[in-house]
Amino acid sequence: MTDGERKKPKRPAIPRQKMPEQDPIERAHNFYEVALGYDNDLALLEASRCLQCKKPVCVTKCPVEVDIPDFLAMIKAGDLIGASWKLKEKNSLPRIAGRVCPQESQCEAVCTLRKGGKGEPCAIGRLERFVGDWAALHGEGKTPELPEPTGLKVGVVGSGPAGLTLAGALIKQGVAVTVFEALHELGGVLVYGIPEFRLPKAIVRAEVDELRNLGVEFKTNWVIGRIETVDDLLEKKKFDAVFIGTGAGAPLFLKIPGENFNGVYSANEFLTRANLMKAYLFPESDTPVARGRRVVVFGGGNVAMDSARTALRLGADEVTIAYRRTMDELPARAEEVHHAVEEGVKFRLLTAPVAILGNETGWAVGVRCQKMQLGEPDESGRRRPIPIPDEYLDIECDTAIVAIGNAANPLVPSTTRNLETNKWGNIVADLETGKTSKDRVWAGGDIVTGAATVILAMGAGRKAALSMMQTFGIS
Amino acid sequence: MFEILEKERISPGVNRAVIAAPDIARAHRPGQFIILRAHKNGERIPLTIADKDAEKGTITLVWQEVGATTYYMGTMCVGDRLQDVCGPLGKPTHIEKFGTVVVVGGGIGVAPLYPITQAIYEAGNRVISILGARTDGLLLMVEDMKKVSHDTLICTDDGSSGFHGLVTEVLQRLIDEGAKLDLCVAIGPVIMMKAVVNVTRKVNLPTVVSVNPIMVDGTGMCGSCRVEVGGKTLFGCVDGPEFDGFKVDFDLLMKRMSMYKGPELIALNKFRETQAGSQCPSPEETQ
Repeated sequence: MTDGERKKPKRPAIPRQKMPEQDPIERAHNFYEVALGYDNDLALLEASRCLQCKKPVCVTKCPVEVDIPDFLAMIKAGDLIGASWKLKEKNSLPRIAGRVCPQESQCEAVCTLRKGGKGEPCAIGRLERFVGDWAALHGEGKTPELPEPTGLKVGVVGSGPAGLTLAGALIKQGVAVTVFEALHELGGVLVYGIPEFRLPKAIVRAEVDELRNLGVEFKTNWVIGRIETVDDLLEKKKFDAVFIGTGAGAPLFLKIPGENFNGVYSANEFLTRANLMKAYLFPESDTPVARGRRVVVFGGGNVAMDSARTALRLGADEVTIAYRRTMDELPARAEEVHHAVEEGVKFRLLTAPVAILGNETGWAVGVRCQKMQLGEPDESGRRRPIPIPDEYLDIECDTAIVAIGNAANPLVPSTTRNLETNKWGNIVADLETGKTSKDRVWAGGDIVTGAATVILAMGAGRKAALSMMQTFGIS
Repeated sequence: MFEILEKERISPGVNRAVIAAPDIARAHRPGQFIILRAHKNGERIPLTIADKDAEKGTITLVWQEVGATTYYMGTMCVGDRLQDVCGPLGKPTHIEKFGTVVVVGGGIGVAPLYPITQAIYEAGNRVISILGARTDGLLLMVEDMKKVSHDTLICTDDGSSGFHGLVTEVLQRLIDEGAKLDLCVAIGPVIMMKAVVNVTRKVNLPTVVSVNPIMVDGTGMCGSCRVEVGGKTLFGCVDGPEFDGFKVDFDLLMKRMSMYKGPELIALNKFRETQAGSQCPSPEETQ
């Protein structure tokens, strides 16, 4: 910062470049990607805005510490292959991170160009996406040279962002990696949770294929905790270490009357049917999902936004997000909220569900909500919602989606000997190294932190990989 | 993987197939199930493992053709491969020496009942089997069940085989005759399990039922398979599939299992119209 102040760099006259998007009206009825990405000209222009700060604070706010000014300089110089390699030194999944990272609260939040909120930060995320997409299309000129195999092998439980990142980091150090995935497709939350219109599944597949080409082995339909345990991997299968990156993966429900009526979904189920099982193509795809006319979504996070926007695309007439605080407290990314509003999602604020109303055939027909007001801030720093006595309203609906978060899935922790968990069931692990209470077992991502972001999971995967290498003596 | 090694039609609309799945065969314990996808656009459906051979590395599936996936599987033949088979899933049956165990199987429910009965039998229990179906031709795995039962009582709705009546009537009679029973295990249509529990509850005979709700992932991630047990919402896939029959809300279960009736018919009709089966000759129309 001192550098910036001393030199007083003039803010470039170039404004932050907008990324083209599909028209809101049109996109609300299709599953194609909303954001269309920069072309070369826009990317060069945007990259040229970077001030190349001597002490780049943006890097310190990046969970995987991408050398941001360096890769931006390479874009500016037209060296896109170089930029791609620079990115992948720290982040093996740039096309994914470029799309789903909350840059506005990380690298871009501290960009010097923001100066006191008067300026706009460099669009680092959009440029990351641009470089990743460009490299996937044009190739990168060389395949990475893999070191001699070390003879070490690591088992990874779960193929989500944490596990994939760790696998990528280790395979490049000559460590054999086998990834075990419970579902039939690889990518974890990237394929079952995040919708196609935000993260096309072809991109996840391509990133997985890249890891496979480097030698990572994948086993699908493989539920650790059932077909074999973490202890089996260590003892019978002789893995030198195991990384647990299973995600949070146990949906929370509201625990209100009527929650088991037909038409009431966890966001996990709704999104899994729509994304992983491609219910939006039904009956070409065999899996159905309720195509509600009137849909209510409970929650205010990114998953709530994804659920609401998916319901809209499945043909709902009206989609309402019921949230117990106000727009200011919504935990979702501003961009996601903005997109939802643009597409026609309605918000009922200061509204908390108290009962699902159903008919005699067992289907939901509405939801009874209580009006709330904001009280004093709670531990999270957000003002606490307080019910207003006797103020209720009923919202008509045929589909209700509960998107209030996930608890830790106990399947792996409960079947692993001597693995410490906290009172919420999350695995206890050192946040800097990923080491757990159990010898040779590391863990990271949502199963440790509780539901968080893709990039934090990637960061945890990277830290665990570094810690393993140090333990193995190969760093 | 997941090649079909044997396949036969064992009664109208009911098939049995032996599938190569060595890892699942090795890990499987009685009471556990698998989730499969028959083809790349297929739905994930749960099926119970009817038998296994850990040495040969095979599992046996028995299924009734009711929807697009199960009809499609009916058109598959030896040499075909299932797209995905995931398992074993669910908690294994709690097996110990209970004393005398009456096992009640209705229709297709006999298939999942068989490995459980076998384990109960091998644990040194006295086993009485009550096997029921609508008609003689739909009685399943009777010879298999006889091998792991001390007594086998057969009944059919139309009287074409064994006792003319329902499994609950046979069970009631057994109780009335003063049989000393220590545990009941009932697997079959929800309505049957509900009726069995109504009988056993009166004499306080502990009853285990195995439920088969609609599932997606099978690992506790989605909550599609919610079952109310003793007023608590549990997940069929990870907390079950077996529950205390006295506590299960069967009416809710039935309603939840009918959630996709409309779409299921659409998918089935699409399958029939496009004849999108495997290359084998299509199965004779049944029912």
